[in-house]
Amino acid sequence: MAINSDVLVVGGGLAAVTAAVSAAREGSDVRLVSHKASTLRQASGLIDALGYVPATEPAKPLRDGPPTAGRELDRDEWPDPEGPLADPFEGIGRLPESHPYRIAGSDALRDGLDLFDDLTGDAYRGGHTDRNALVPTFGGAVKPTARYPAAAEAGLASDDRPALIVGFRSLTEYDARAFAGRLEAAGVPFDVAGAEVEFAEAFRADAKITRVAKALDHDEEIDGVPAREALAKAVAPHLHDVVDGSGGVDRVERVGFPAFLGDDRGGEVRAELAERLGADVFEIPMGPPSLPGLRLEDRLFDALDAEGVRFETGNPVVGVESATDGRVETVAVDRKGRTAPYGADAFVLATGGLVGKGLDSDREGVREPVFDCHVDQPADRYEWFVDDAFGDQPYARFGVRPDERMRPVDGGGAVQYENVFAAGGVVGGADAAREKSASGVSLATGIVAGRQAATEATQ
Amino acid sequence: MTRHTDDDGSAEESSEDDRGDGRDRGEPTPGVPEAGRDEQPSIFVPDDGEIPEDDAIGARDSEAAAGADDAATRAATDGGVESATGGTDSTDLDPDAYDPVDVFPGGDLDLREGADSCYKCTSCDTSCPVAEVDDEFPGPKFQGPEQWRLKRKGDHDIDESITSCSNCMRCDDACPSSVPLSQMHNEARGQFVERQMEKLSVEYVRNRLLANYRTSARLASMFPRTASFAMNFGPARWAMEKVMGIPKERDFPEFATETFREWWKARGGAKVENPDKRVAYFHGCYSNYNTPEVGKAMVRVYEHFGYEVMVPPQKCSGTPMFANGMLDDARRHAETNVENLVEAIGEGADVIASCTSCSMSLRQEYPELFDLHGIDDLAEHTFEAMEYLRIHEDLEGELDAAGGPDEERELAYHAPCHARNQGLARQAVETFRDVDGVTVEDVGDSCSGISGTYGWKEEKYEKSMEIGEEMFEHMEDAEGDVGMTECPTCAMQMEHGTGYEIEHPLQLLEDSLGA
Repeated sequence: MAINSDVLVVGGGLAAVTAAVSAAREGSDVRLVSHKASTLRQASGLIDALGYVPATEPAKPLRDGPPTAGRELDRDEWPDPEGPLADPFEGIGRLPESHPYRIAGSDALRDGLDLFDDLTGDAYRGGHTDRNALVPTFGGAVKPTARYPAAAEAGLASDDRPALIVGFRSLTEYDARAFAGRLEAAGVPFDVAGAEVEFAEAFRADAKITRVAKALDHDEEIDGVPAREALAKAVAPHLHDVVDGSGGVDRVERVGFPAFLGDDRGGEVRAELAERLGADVFEIPMGPPSLPGLRLEDRLFDALDAEGVRFETGNPVVGVESATDGRVETVAVDRKGRTAPYGADAFVLATGGLVGKGLDSDREGVREPVFDCHVDQPADRYEWFVDDAFGDQPYARFGVRPDERMRPVDGGGAVQYENVFAAGGVVGGADAAREKSASGVSLATGIVAGRQAATEATQ
Repeated sequence: MTRHTDDDGSAEESSEDDRGDGRDRGEPTPGVPEAGRDEQPSIFVPDDGEIPEDDAIGARDSEAAAGADDAATRAATDGGVESATGGTDSTDLDPDAYDPVDVFPGGDLDLREGADSCYKCTSCDTSCPVAEVDDEFPGPKFQGPEQWRLKRKGDHDIDESITSCSNCMRCDDACPSSVPLSQMHNEARGQFVERQMEKLSVEYVRNRLLANYRTSARLASMFPRTASFAMNFGPARWAMEKVMGIPKERDFPEFATETFREWWKARGGAKVENPDKRVAYFHGCYSNYNTPEVGKAMVRVYEHFGYEVMVPPQKCSGTPMFANGMLDDARRHAETNVENLVEAIGEGADVIASCTSCSMSLRQEYPELFDLHGIDDLAEHTFEAMEYLRIHEDLEGELDAAGGPDEERELAYHAPCHARNQGLARQAVETFRDVDGVTVEDVGDSCSGISGTYGWKEEKYEKSMEIGEEMFEHMEDAEGDVGMTECPTCAMQMEHGTGYEIEHPLQLLEDSLGA
């Protein structure tokens, strides 16, 4: 007896959740199986759709001769990427034909973003317009993104109010003054200053971000002072640090913190700090460990529950258990040493790319380990990459190649399984890191895969 | 890692034949245990009344030691699976198939591959409930791969903070690279306790006492009422806190006046005989001594589905011992468990546990930490009780047909960390979702904070309650005012933090099926 559902989604990230919800909304009984806790918790929490259209060819052709690691190419020989794009939809037509956006269509992206807005409600901003917002990120860069957490709203780079960026000595990977400098160098239209304050010193030198967030959530006393008050007091002396172009001193109107202002009660923490400081408070999305990612994970998994999707994390899908006539009937889920069969009428593969481990690679090749779908790749390993680290890396576009219904196809272009659909990072063709398109690809392919899987299941 | 050698496949095949031989020796019959309280006789060894239990075991051992010439005997004791190495006594390694642990004298595990897989993404730290409340705790990434590298050279002590890890194993679930974090923690904790902990210290004695809960429980359950009273007697509790470091805030669990095994004996053992559908119940200490109603529910539900239930002799699963670094104690208990459960597997049974920490231990920690003969076989055949029914029976259909419990039930469900790690965090909510008259509300993904013996230590008590605070709040927000969880210590914490009565999903299953 297998554990059955109409649609089985394999994966636990944004694409998997999108596919699961969209299939459920088509009336399917959906189950989601994720090997590990969702990778959303490593994500920045920003939803990028398309920020840049990078060049796919160097300005000068490659040197002739056998491909070797010694092919010299100056990075200056790559044309600059086009962007930052004001409107992600407007750039889709200039992407390569094999790009998932070209295959799924710009309506898929639009529908995916609409679904995201619906699931996240007031926790996210940006849904009022097609245009990208510019959000400062952890490294001091400014990133074009389609949706951003409400917590990041007051930090938008298009806002011209003077800003203070707060850092903590104990948070070594985050230097507020350098950050402010980079923002200025990026040409933001506001005055900005960085200040390192004593607050996190109350915690141990390498205290976990979650520890600080929890202390703020619960307003724990730190040396006798409630955490939120202590933080506000540490920041207050720096509210006049901003020097404007004419040498005058402005009182800042907004203050940016690394994204650890509470977890469950983030809104409350921000509001209290804002009141105490007399300035808006925003968070700057960070790399992992990412509170914005954790909060998004919580919200999306609550949404899954509300949509009636069944889900489990902790056990990997390790392969196809039975297949006939080009259809998969059951997959094998490894339950701590023994496999259990999970049956469905349609399957969605949303296991992520190379980093998310939906693709597996060694010196011999790149494989998709669950359904053994074809992964397009040059036979010669030296063709997998180019020397310019920022160039058009072929490996960045590795993944399964889908037809217009998001069904993976084999090397000859024929559909591999009638009832298997792919979404997210496992789908090849996008260079998400250069394009700033990872979330958008997950949303667009997720919604198509989910709907198609539901259609397949009801047939 | 150590669990999957190429040899597994062929071993599986030969097990089928051997198992057949084993059955030919004579169908085991469900019997009535004969020996006295807690001597834990097997119910599937035919009781002819001639051989005292101890001799029977001794005879089996000597036969096994005599070698492999008697295939039928071996089949019965080892479940028919050949050890890749010929067992722990073997010195000759087959170069094509051996467990990596075998090449390290003294059983040290080579976890380098795991340490190398860590790319410092800190997902483990982010999911660690202890790091969230404890400034002093450096987190699972340090405790695992980083400390593993530090101690490789042999001249580094294990950092004392390893004793603050509660072994909730959430880091395992969070790690995208499958770094064996909890295995590293267990090993480091074992080394710390063995080499660095003062054996006469109050802390060591207290931890050992807590870890060996079964021993205390066995004694206490001989005089259950007296023990329940005495353990919670105010002045006694004050003294325990002062002398032993056991927080006076905690209430010791009540001991049942009739243990599960006593009930089972009085009942006359299994009511269903079925050579094709057998399960061996690993009840664990808590459902034997404290909540036999959970074990009874398990038996009734399984018999409802036509299973023959076996109750092999067993000791503690080892979970509290791993968490306290008492690996020698754990190994001793594991030896008994593996031997007896593997024998039951040889008789065609799968092993079922009602406590998710017990099933976690048999499935994951045993093969990670020990190289006992048959241990992988046991891991492969172990399931959590409801999980097994969901895989093998049409549980939802049956629940639908049964029409729900007599009275409406609203429950606030907490998924134990160890259930989470087995992918079982949602199964209770899912199973009961469509049952008429039952509402099961998930109270969220916070850890309860007690983590077995962790919350039973005076110095950890406050932290344990801080971790649990979120769960208490969510429970109180939930509709139901009865709690539900699979884990006995989570249940203690839920009760302690909210005053709610706590049930096990098997009890609700029993009610809903009318079993």
